[in-house]
Amino acid sequence: MIQIVEGFGVFLILTGGIMAVISAIGILRLPDVYTRSHAATKSSTLAVLLSLLGTFIYFWAAEQFISVRLLLGITFVFLTAPVSGHLITRAAYRSKVKLAESSTEDALAEVLGNPGRQEKKKPSSSDNEEK
Amino acid sequence: MMEIVLTIALSLYILAILLALYRIIRGPSMPDRVVALDMIGVNLISAVAVFSVALSTHAFLEVILIVGILAFISTIALARFVERGEIVEHDSDR
Repeated sequence: MIQIVEGFGVFLILTGGIMAVISAIGILRLPDVYTRSHAATKSSTLAVLLSLLGTFIYFWAAEQFISVRLLLGITFVFLTAPVSGHLITRAAYRSKVKLAESSTEDALAEVLGNPGRQEKKKPSSSDNEEK
Repeated sequence: MMEIVLTIALSLYILAILLALYRIIRGPSMPDRVVALDMIGVNLISAVAVFSVALSTHAFLEVILIVGILAFISTIALARFVERGEIVEHDSDR
């Protein structure tokens, strides 16, 4: 019975590793920083939650050790990953990083008056675009 | 059996860190690099957890909290630096 629960924890860790590789493929292949932050925050958070939960279950089954630090780590990552993703995306939009060519609508362009649609018509080099 | 699965999981996390490192080196703008750095921090937490399972010790569990807090604070500071050009604002009337 104990070995079944340990195997379940290790299976959760392996699933987390597969999710981490999927989100890394997403951060390589998606076209601009806004879509890349989807891959970096959502699926990467799922990967770290799965691996920490697997570690918690493994230690609970193997040594009857309930680790409060692992629970705190799960809570902290679950709280802070969306906040940091939102802040870096907001900073990217404020510092006029352009959208991808295939994006169809920029809902903030008429409110804040920058980058998306205006700069797609006349491509001028902004400061943060080194390509 | 269990060691083989843990080794596979650890090498998957290392593969994810290497792919994010390619995005840091290549990435066209500054927020791309910050997003990839945040992702490296999150994957490093997972790698430390897998490592402590593989060695079956409790000694590395503090590292998870410390790396998580450091990754969050550094991402906040870098986002503020990208947005405003400074991290700590000195004029207090804003």
